[in-house]
Amino acid sequence: MAEAALALAIALPLLASVLSLPLGRRAPHLLWPVVPGALAIAAVIAERVRNDGEVLHLLGGWPAPLGIVLRADGLAAAFLGLGAVVASGTGLFAVRYFAADEGSRRSFSFWPLFFGIWAAANGTFVGRDTFNLYVALELLTICAVAMVALEGRTANVAAGMRYLLYALLASLSYLIGVALLYGAYGTLDMAQLAAKVRPTPASHAAAAMVSVGLFAKTALFPFHAWLPPAHGGAPAPASALLSAIVVKASFYVLLRLWFDVMPPLATPQVTMLFGLLGTMAVLAGSLLALRQEELKQVVAYSTVAQTGYLFLVFPLAGAANEVQPWAASAWTGAVFQGLSHGLAKAAMFLAAGALILSAGSGRIDALAGLGRAAPVASFAFGLSAVSLMGLPPSGGFLAKYLMLTASLAGGRWWWGLVLVAGGLLTAAYFFRPLSRLMMERDEAAPAARRVHWSLEWIPLVLALCAVGLGLASIEPFRLAQVGSPVAAETGLQ
Amino acid sequence: MNDWLPILTLLSSVVTACIIFFIPDSMPRLRTFVNLAGAIAKLGLVALMLRGVAAGEIYEMRFPLAPGLELLLRADALCLLFLTLSAFLWLLTTIYAIAYFGDQQNQSRFFGFFSLCVAATTGVALAGTLITFFIFYEMLTLSTWPLVTHKGDRHSIAAGRKYLAYTLGGSALLLVGMVWLESMVGPVEFALHAPPLGPDRTVLRIIFVLLIGGLGVKAALIPLHGWLPAAMIAPAPVSALLHAVAVVKAGAFGIVRIVYDVFGFALVQDLGASLPLAAVASATIIYGSLRALYQSDIKRRLAFSTVSQVSYIVLGAALAGPEATVGGLVHLVHQGLMKITLFFCAGALETRMGVTRIDQLGGTGRAMPLTMCAFSIAAIGMIGIPPIAGFVSKWQLGTGGLEAGQPWVIFVLAISSLLNAAYLLPPMYHAWFGPPVTTAAPDRERVPMLIWPALATACAALLAGLFAGADFSPLGWAQLIVEREHGG
Repeated sequence: MAEAALALAIALPLLASVLSLPLGRRAPHLLWPVVPGALAIAAVIAERVRNDGEVLHLLGGWPAPLGIVLRADGLAAAFLGLGAVVASGTGLFAVRYFAADEGSRRSFSFWPLFFGIWAAANGTFVGRDTFNLYVALELLTICAVAMVALEGRTANVAAGMRYLLYALLASLSYLIGVALLYGAYGTLDMAQLAAKVRPTPASHAAAAMVSVGLFAKTALFPFHAWLPPAHGGAPAPASALLSAIVVKASFYVLLRLWFDVMPPLATPQVTMLFGLLGTMAVLAGSLLALRQEELKQVVAYSTVAQTGYLFLVFPLAGAANEVQPWAASAWTGAVFQGLSHGLAKAAMFLAAGALILSAGSGRIDALAGLGRAAPVASFAFGLSAVSLMGLPPSGGFLAKYLMLTASLAGGRWWWGLVLVAGGLLTAAYFFRPLSRLMMERDEAAPAARRVHWSLEWIPLVLALCAVGLGLASIEPFRLAQVGSPVAAETGLQ
Repeated sequence: MNDWLPILTLLSSVVTACIIFFIPDSMPRLRTFVNLAGAIAKLGLVALMLRGVAAGEIYEMRFPLAPGLELLLRADALCLLFLTLSAFLWLLTTIYAIAYFGDQQNQSRFFGFFSLCVAATTGVALAGTLITFFIFYEMLTLSTWPLVTHKGDRHSIAAGRKYLAYTLGGSALLLVGMVWLESMVGPVEFALHAPPLGPDRTVLRIIFVLLIGGLGVKAALIPLHGWLPAAMIAPAPVSALLHAVAVVKAGAFGIVRIVYDVFGFALVQDLGASLPLAAVASATIIYGSLRALYQSDIKRRLAFSTVSQVSYIVLGAALAGPEATVGGLVHLVHQGLMKITLFFCAGALETRMGVTRIDQLGGTGRAMPLTMCAFSIAAIGMIGIPPIAGFVSKWQLGTGGLEAGQPWVIFVLAISSLLNAAYLLPPMYHAWFGPPVTTAAPDRERVPMLIWPALATACAALLAGLFAGADFSPLGWAQLIVEREHGG
């Protein structure tokens, strides 16, 4: 049953994507079967992975390299769960968010893209073949680009074009890397590649091409310039999905490749470089976020910064040929960072959407008084900020704690410094929106609108999930350990 | 059942907070009921634990966060000293705050965060491991921020920014110190009487400085005290909460925990850290008092007084020996009782008469006699005149200093007492003997819920001093803690 669930995880949203084209205005009804279905699928897979260690499914019964192999370990199960929760929340939010302009182009085009992203992300999480991953990432990118341009204003289309340009070059780079790997080793299956990869010049070139492509898709510094206009300009539910899931998917592939497929290539210089780029992302993203006047731009730059943390896993955990002490702690910390950032950032974009709708303006200064007019959305915004700052009790805190442990215990305190400084910078750039929420509304400003309750409560539920991840952490922690490429014995004991 | 007591105590405030957030501002009676019910329930639970712990029991509850990382709630004697204080003062502050705000807006938000703040304080008191302590300590920071910025004007926001900048900076130090220590010696549980060995002494010293530096922000040790006077912009009940019930106390309590239950006293001395810590505390005592002299705003004067007085607790922790420890611990309670009285009075003066500065106090003794009585009792106690509680603390600290072979402590205490007198006697003089500044109307003290909490805490301070010898006085309890710690 769990084996079939792997295929269903892709097929169900894909089917919904196709069906939503003829359904048009009634496409949101598809959520009623898809949401519970996807959550159940994710739960079944997680349960099975926890008990048996791994779930494997050969499409059509054909083994690799002929058939398509789907496989889920702890990491995949965790991200499938993240995808299901975030996409469900986003979808339900979008129903009311677009209700105001029913029949318009954006409410019509949103749904096929939404389900398409969901299916493609799940495909990335369970795919085990470098070319199939390419296909999934391509579908993901195309849907994401279209979503960015959804608002249809000139700025959005420009942001979409810029994103498309980055993404296409990135895909090209990735594809060249995959071609080089195929040329050298004659296979695209990850398990088979892992057994064959040797540190030859061709392998290094392939790894570089693949990585650069994935960096650009993950918006890692210095390839981050496309993200803020794209994520900041899209409609709120689209931004939530883009920041929480889409950039995670390409990071996920990067993690897979470096830890599962080509650990022999991960020399200290390489992991150091990844860590440095991550550090630059944390600093650049945070400093730029400090200077934004628009609420959603702050949140978007925060994604650039938070993605930077993820890359610290490379120097902290090392890859197989230079396993670091406390590597398991760093690995689990990175997984937690991915999950809690996904939940908190989705919550924050949705809350921002509700707040902007209520204030009638996207500027930070317009937020004054919303603490009273939209208290639940304000609280959700604050709570997700707490998780992003890495303050307890939240998933973000546990992630930071685990990675900090790995860095200090391993005697590489400078990475820990990045984590701590990043947390303080996060607090600094969220301070302005948060303090505006505490202020009284200007007499001159137009009165704040009331928004539908679901627009306030869905972000709160997602934010509570991000916080809850730090409290009910024992099961996610165990799940993340299943099939982990770094030995758990060296972890947090 | 018994082991559920700590979590129930914690939940009593958390649940109260969660309910209050959802009570609309238009239903103040319901909110008041929930508020008081929560506070009273908590006091009852604390009383239950108090009886058990006095009989030698320890309540414990464990909850795993990640393998090797545990949330541990444990009610021991030291915990209950702080917990009882905060539960008792929470009830009074709640009553006071209800009267203080009257029918202003945004009250559900205020009381929600207020309860959350007390929940975090409860967690700080109950924390049995370093990580548990840290989690609640940070919750305290976060839940206090909306209270500091409650008024929502520019000054409050600026004060809130200063508060966050200081406390989050402190928490970063604390986090690094904690993780560094735990990455070498494993999870740190309080009161195991096993000092961390292994790591070399320089590293331990650095970690000690990081931890104390992190906690010193909330405890307002110089030069980390800047946020406290700035936060005076907040409403009076919040000041009471910051100064007496929760925030600075959490910092001081944390330092006590670090010195006694993480490093252990012998190791702190061995590292050569106790004398510098005592010196910083002494410097803070003198500096805070000096600054207080120059404040003409009542609340700012009281704020600098807190900077000074809280360091008595740190001084007690830093000095070796049981007598000094008892002095520091008992001052945790005594300072709380006296300082909250002063803030209650300052708030009452502000709302009922519009008095915020010392030179406006003239005639208030006649206009608000009950308030000024309470104020005077607390002020005399602060100065250290018997038989009020403050005297007991200072006496204990002085004998503790002698016992520890640090006679200079007596001088610090003497100078501080003189300074205390110098900044607290003038307001009293103005109030009782100064020419009336505002014409007295007969009904200034008509709001009993605003006046009686101050009288109650003033009486408590008086009683704590008068019956210091009794078993259940704060002094008796502090002696019990020290006996148990030293007796193993």
